[in-house]
Amino acid sequence: MPSLKDVKTKIKGVKKTSQITKAMNMVASARLRSAQEKMENFRPYTSKFNEAMSNLSGGSNTSSFPLMEVRDIKNIELVVITSDRGLCGSFNSNIIKTALRKIAECDAKGIGVSLVCVGKKGFQLLKKTGKVRKQYTDIMSSFQMFNAREVATDASENFLAGKVDKVEIIYGEFLSVGIQKPAVKPFLPVQPVQGQGESTKKISGEYIYEPSTEEIMDVLQPLYLNVMIYHAMLEVGASEHAARMTAMDNATSACKEIVDHLTIVYNKARQASITAELMDIVGGAEALK
Amino acid sequence: MAQQIRLEVVTPNGAAVSEDVDIVNAPGYGGDFGVLANHAPFLSTIKIGILSYERGQKRENLMISGGFCEVSNNTITFLVESAEFGKQIDVSRAMKAKERAEKRLAEAAQHSESINRTRAEAALQRALARLKAANVN
Repeated sequence: MPSLKDVKTKIKGVKKTSQITKAMNMVASARLRSAQEKMENFRPYTSKFNEAMSNLSGGSNTSSFPLMEVRDIKNIELVVITSDRGLCGSFNSNIIKTALRKIAECDAKGIGVSLVCVGKKGFQLLKKTGKVRKQYTDIMSSFQMFNAREVATDASENFLAGKVDKVEIIYGEFLSVGIQKPAVKPFLPVQPVQGQGESTKKISGEYIYEPSTEEIMDVLQPLYLNVMIYHAMLEVGASEHAARMTAMDNATSACKEIVDHLTIVYNKARQASITAELMDIVGGAEALK
Repeated sequence: MAQQIRLEVVTPNGAAVSEDVDIVNAPGYGGDFGVLANHAPFLSTIKIGILSYERGQKRENLMISGGFCEVSNNTITFLVESAEFGKQIDVSRAMKAKERAEKRLAEAAQHSESINRTRAEAALQRALARLKAANVN
């Protein structure tokens, strides 16, 4: 039987923990809201961008661009985007598991793999593979477009230099507040954007391009890559907070359960000690008779 | 009332401008250009510089950094990485940025680092465009 004092301290401790998890839950939900807003603001940009890209690629021969060149895959690079902080359930470990599976797959096929880690958690857990080429840590809490640009420029330079033949992004897709899924997205070579049927193609023929379509593509493709990375980072940001919210919610309710259980233990222990004392008194009184 | 054209400036942080205007002037790839209502479909890349537009007597200046613009269906859409109104620009900060960029440019020239130089050049252009946008008002 644990002593009364021990149980009491434990209850206090668990209650404090639940206070912290509750606070973290609220912070995460506030952050989630702002992350979602950021995503919402970014949406018109991406949709416009895709529209223009599909207009353009409808009108020109796409295979002539170095960033679109499809090569035999000998080396592959994975850009793994995770959060900087932990305590968000299995969110990061799911992403990393997906990455590790991908690495194992490529190893089996004899394809070389290099990694680029965005976010501290991914780097911490993947550095033991010895394949990390570059890492960007401590940028996930307040990243801007230029952070994404850095990642995208570096990856595309590596691609253009012929060191890798394919680049993929692994990140946490934000499906809803309750569901976040690790996702793999092809990054390089740039995939031609699918137009929405006949109508877009018709318009694209009438456009005046300044400078030529090829030169515009040269400018737009790197931008498009930035957009893709930025988008993935936004998704990870939102997913991280959503995952933390759920994790903290679970932690809070687990704390409550433990407190309930401990309270019963405490009450039982108190009752037992009272009974024991009563027995003592009764026993003593009996002996005096 | 002259005919108007719809101006949309979209940045990754949301729409900056969405307005019907008389004329738009923008820094295109091959030099500045102006767009009036009912312009033919047009697509151009945009340099760092100043986007100005007029609506009646009102004239606004925005500093925009690289991207592209598209004209179709009497709408001109700018997709740029950032857009700031001239009146919202912090002049002293832009001045500091300009000095910093100039210093870095001088350093890069000595060490002939091409990456740093292009970065510093872009930063300088942005700073200059900011100052210009702030001063034209």
